[in-house]
Amino acid sequence: MGFFDVTSKIIKSIAYPSEMVPSIDDHADDGEHHFDPVTEHESAKLGMWLFLATELLLFGGLFAAYAIYRAKYPEMFMDGSKSLDVVLGTVNTVILIFSSLTVAVAVKAIQENRIKLVKLMLWITIICAAIFAVNKYFEYTYKFSKGIFPGTDIFYSIYFASTGVHMLHVFIGMIVLGILLRKVYKGKYSKENFTAIEIGGLYWHLVDLIWIYLFPLLYLVG
Amino acid sequence: MDNHGSYKQLINIWIFLMFLTFITVYVAQFDFGALNVPIALLVASIKAGVVALHFMHLKHEDGLTWVFASYPIFLLFLLIAFTATDMFSRVLN
Amino acid sequence: MSEVNEKNYLENGEGFASWFFTVDHKRIGVMYLWAIAVFFIIAAIASFLVRFEHLTPGQTIVSADTYNVLFTLHGSMMVFLFIVPGVAASFGNFLIPLMIGAKDVIFPKLNLYSFWIYLAGAAIFMIALAGPADTGWTFYTPYSIETGANVILITLGIFVLGFSSILTGINFIVTMHKLRAPGMTWDRLPLFCWAAYATSLLQVLATPVVGITLLLLIGERYFGLGFFDPARGGDPVMFQHFFWFYSHPAVYIMILPAMGIISEIMPVFSRKPIFGYKAIAYASLAIALISFLVWGHHMFVSGQSKLVNIIFSVITYAVAVPTAIKVFNWLWTMHKGSIELSTAMLYSLAFIFLFTIGGLTGLFLGALAADVHLHDTYFVVAHMHYVMIGGTVFGFFAALHFWYPKMWGRMFDEFKAKIAFVLIFIGFNVVFFPQFIMGTLGMPRRYFNYAPEFQSLHQISTYGTWIIGAGFILMLWVLMRPLPGKAPGNPYRSVSLEWSMDSPPGTFNFDEIPTITEPVYNYGTKVEEES
Repeated sequence: MGFFDVTSKIIKSIAYPSEMVPSIDDHADDGEHHFDPVTEHESAKLGMWLFLATELLLFGGLFAAYAIYRAKYPEMFMDGSKSLDVVLGTVNTVILIFSSLTVAVAVKAIQENRIKLVKLMLWITIICAAIFAVNKYFEYTYKFSKGIFPGTDIFYSIYFASTGVHMLHVFIGMIVLGILLRKVYKGKYSKENFTAIEIGGLYWHLVDLIWIYLFPLLYLVG
Repeated sequence: MDNHGSYKQLINIWIFLMFLTFITVYVAQFDFGALNVPIALLVASIKAGVVALHFMHLKHEDGLTWVFASYPIFLLFLLIAFTATDMFSRVLN
Repeated sequence: MSEVNEKNYLENGEGFASWFFTVDHKRIGVMYLWAIAVFFIIAAIASFLVRFEHLTPGQTIVSADTYNVLFTLHGSMMVFLFIVPGVAASFGNFLIPLMIGAKDVIFPKLNLYSFWIYLAGAAIFMIALAGPADTGWTFYTPYSIETGANVILITLGIFVLGFSSILTGINFIVTMHKLRAPGMTWDRLPLFCWAAYATSLLQVLATPVVGITLLLLIGERYFGLGFFDPARGGDPVMFQHFFWFYSHPAVYIMILPAMGIISEIMPVFSRKPIFGYKAIAYASLAIALISFLVWGHHMFVSGQSKLVNIIFSVITYAVAVPTAIKVFNWLWTMHKGSIELSTAMLYSLAFIFLFTIGGLTGLFLGALAADVHLHDTYFVVAHMHYVMIGGTVFGFFAALHFWYPKMWGRMFDEFKAKIAFVLIFIGFNVVFFPQFIMGTLGMPRRYFNYAPEFQSLHQISTYGTWIIGAGFILMLWVLMRPLPGKAPGNPYRSVSLEWSMDSPPGTFNFDEIPTITEPVYNYGTKVEEES
């Protein structure tokens, strides 16, 4: 079982609790819904919000480190911040906010059974994520070429650690959206059955939310 | 059951977010001294709030979701507040 | 579906795959129970070796380096593989759906994946033992950055375990919000569920912070990030802040489920409704909230500022209040009750006694002035073990005996189990009470060697481990050899929902979701009339 399948199963297990049966060997496909669809939908969303809370606190450690070391070494942060590429950062912000819009549109479109629009929006979102990643790649390699690495000083450590962990979330988000898209092509989702897209979208919005804070804190407060 | 608002509304919200992004970058040119970070955080929080309320439909969620969405922010505040208070109130003998 | 439900959950499918791929919350709970039991035994053996080493000053059986490895192994395994996931994941999984009148937890597959992730984390943890860490379970910087030991792999294992913990917590919280049977209002919810709810809150909200902390520690070792390294402008005390922001709430992750267990057992064997139901329920939540505010009391002598020391010291006293409320309510539940001293009740009584000692000595340590003297001595070791063994492990053992008929459908030999209890109770006190004395006399913890005047106290403590070890073996022997014959559905005449069904429960728990019409722990009315 590859990483792809495991991720896909985890998403499925949150989105469709009803597909469970206490014994998978002899009763896997009796179609018994143990919980009614409304409860399932509400629960999936609540579960996702709780997960987002944990994600926020995961980044919380980095925000706390930022706050403290910024207060301790204001000059280091000024200089470091000025050395970052504001244009590239702004472009990435615009890209990410746009991808947030496309995901929001996809979530709305699936509820109106506009499958073509859903496919288009998810494709755009994934492409935006990819462009974001490419920009970051150039940003990182440029820094490396100038001899700046994680550990050069505390500012760059925070820069690399927080954008790195964020980047990891972008990749996970791409995988999640990719799985959703594949299933849209297979015709799995519809007006009656869109929970997975909705909670996948919630995850992607969180990736955007974190960046909304990282961008000014790292690039602009110079 | 979660179909709120229209496509047009979503696009309007996006335009508003773009406007705020422009503000963020624009005001960064000026030096407000100690207010730099608070101003950046304020604009970012407005943006984050708009994304949460409209794109993530928090506006239509029940109180429980609101509690779980906001409590971690309080905890984060605690973590920063106590740790920073310690770091900056130490007196070396 | 009904044919499936006629089989009980233990009979429904045989062989490895029927367990390892099951999504039945009861089977998953049982698998957790087996897993944590194995790790408990390994970690306990490590602690017996640590104690054996202290039979004489200087080297007795192992070298100083091996000694460091052994206590790190004991501590980190007990904390991260046994006690944090332990009671909540095993008994929580088994009991919560039965207690709230649901057929399963809300995300059954996610539940199974949580267990797999737990096993994966444990596997990484075990692989890391090839080059074992010698940092203690707290991984304090800067030593954890400098040591040549295998810190990265062990912290990675803990990170993965944290994932499992978070997913289980989310599952339980949503289950208790969305799947309560009709009539199962919050003020009829069994107190074990309240405790599990509070535990889950802590698991969900505290674990990510230790996750990022350990990731940063790994980054520190790989890239030299410098956050926690004073040589690079960082601050090692910040690591302790981040670490204890999780690890103090984590001690309540460890103790809260055990408190829930005691709240379940007390009314059954006192044949009285629990005293102060609401107070106990809200105290669980209060503990979950206040426990985020006291982490700094682990750092009084770490160079934390005086101002923050004072703030944390004061709030620490506040967290004792909800805990004390629970203890008083348990005592008053027994008052004028018809007390039956079953094995489970004996463990519960021992819990109250030992946990009170553990809790009150905690206040010594929360007091600034006293802590300067007692910090990092055996006093802390004794305090922690009175809370963790006297509290959590005794609560865990109480649950093992109390729900034994429900879980396995058989009864056990009460008399022999009580002998095991006596051995464990006496052994435990012989091990740890002398450590309070040693601590106040200034014996530091985690030291390989000690001054000759401590030898007699160290020896008493080591002899105690042999008594408690014998008790563990006897208990295991008793529980592994159930009495012949099937257990009745409700051997204790309990009025709780989980006892209203067969033992062991059917695969789907309830043929029809029950409707709850009475308050929980409604003793003195219904049951007495029937019997």
